[in-house]
Amino acid sequence: MTPVLELNGASFAYRGHTAPVVEDISFTVETGHSLALVGESGAGKTTLLRLLLGLARATAGTVRFDGDELKPRDREQMRRFRRSVQCVFQDPYSSLDPRRRVGSIVSEPLRSLGIDSRSTAAPKVAEALERVGLPADAAERYPHEFSGGQRQRIAIARATVCDPRVLLADEPVSALDVTTRVKVVDLLNELKQEQRLTLVMVSHDLSVVASLCERTAVLESGRIVEQGETGQVLGSPAHPYTRRLVDSVPRLPA
Amino acid sequence: MNILDVRDLGIRTADGRTLVDGLSLTIAPGERLGLIGESGSGKSLTTLAVLGLLPDGMTATGGVELAGTQIVGASEKQLRGVRGRDAAIVFQEPLTALDPLMRVGRQIAEPLSRRRGLRGAELKRAVVDALEQVRLPEPDRIARAFPHEISGGQRQRVALAMALACDPKLLIADEPTTALDVTVQSDMLDLLDTLVRERDMAVLFVSHDLAVVSKVTDRVVVMKDGRVVEEGDVRTIVREPREEYTKALVASARQLESALDLRNA
Repeated sequence: MTPVLELNGASFAYRGHTAPVVEDISFTVETGHSLALVGESGAGKTTLLRLLLGLARATAGTVRFDGDELKPRDREQMRRFRRSVQCVFQDPYSSLDPRRRVGSIVSEPLRSLGIDSRSTAAPKVAEALERVGLPADAAERYPHEFSGGQRQRIAIARATVCDPRVLLADEPVSALDVTTRVKVVDLLNELKQEQRLTLVMVSHDLSVVASLCERTAVLESGRIVEQGETGQVLGSPAHPYTRRLVDSVPRLPA
Repeated sequence: MNILDVRDLGIRTADGRTLVDGLSLTIAPGERLGLIGESGSGKSLTTLAVLGLLPDGMTATGGVELAGTQIVGASEKQLRGVRGRDAAIVFQEPLTALDPLMRVGRQIAEPLSRRRGLRGAELKRAVVDALEQVRLPEPDRIARAFPHEISGGQRQRVALAMALACDPKLLIADEPTTALDVTVQSDMLDLLDTLVRERDMAVLFVSHDLAVVSKVTDRVVVMKDGRVVEEGDVRTIVREPREEYTKALVASARQLESALDLRNA
């Protein structure tokens, strides 16, 4: 089966800099096998996500979508791509337009992809909001009327309203309190099951990674030092950096 | 006598909303207390009230006695005498806590010259000492650097060195490791533990993370919506939480942690 997303020897360097931010990265994202990109600040996690979203172009190597090289200038391909791959960001306070009602925010992908008009989008918006556990009247309200956890649910509703196959999430629960975090992790798990969604998640939080992703790739200074089944990678780390990462997680007293 | 004695503390905004209500806690000399709660629980405001640093428009009622000085209603002059000497604070975000336009060495020199009256070569030596104490490599280079030129973990060590510069009796740490990477956090917690132990310093450690708190303190106070929900030994609270809220908090933390154990199995 062709992987949905594939990075092959991909590198990215800023213009004028010879040292790449990420270097020689290869991995595949296959349907049903959610992937976590794990690492610390500056490891290149977000840069990888930008490559996967077509927001940055690899300076070496390739990014493939459904087997074809991703070309940000190919409008037809990008339209298919945007329908299939959506994203959720870390901070639900800056990722929702404060001046627009939730209904308009959530229907944005449907309208900009030319799938629906404002009127035909309404039932899909209601369904997406219901799926993420928000009341039906949420569509009429503004983002500031919601808590951080609810805002992240709105962001997830927006990302899933056009039934994408892949959800790219950049630290989707890091800004949330622990009781809220657990609920959003549960929601993402439900969506994985019910919507057959494949998650590609960037995170520094190993317990969230272990809760959500079948596969894990560990990044250190722009390179993948280890990747494989999450249980294998986190359970018996082969690379010393992964081991240090796992050992550093603070644990509750027994 | 307790180093910190907070009795029936209330914090109100100018428009009359109550943000902290009826909060009482005590810390004995050399004792460590954890203050745990989620966003909006009032834990940070409580630490600000202890140093008389509440934002304009907010008023405190009740009593906050810090090393014998009544903080609520104290004059700015009295407060200046207390801050740094009796209690010092390390904030969550070292990038905003440090002055971006001032070299790190000068920022550490400030409390040293003001409190201990050091000058010249003596002051320079004290700055390097302070940086060495927080285990910063190349203290001379770091003293000359601006905050943006060093890493987040190094910045937080600098902030800690500033707080420890005048040997306060109480160290207040407000989420001191939340902005740090997990491996850096682990080193920072060990460092904090060692330094506080060496000095026999009392600690008020604020965090949203039960596991982090339990690495530093034995006794914790759980806050929600400006009130104390539960108080006791951290192990007992994690093992047998009594209140509904604490139960939810512990259950959430456990659920996330168990995912890690499952994968390890």
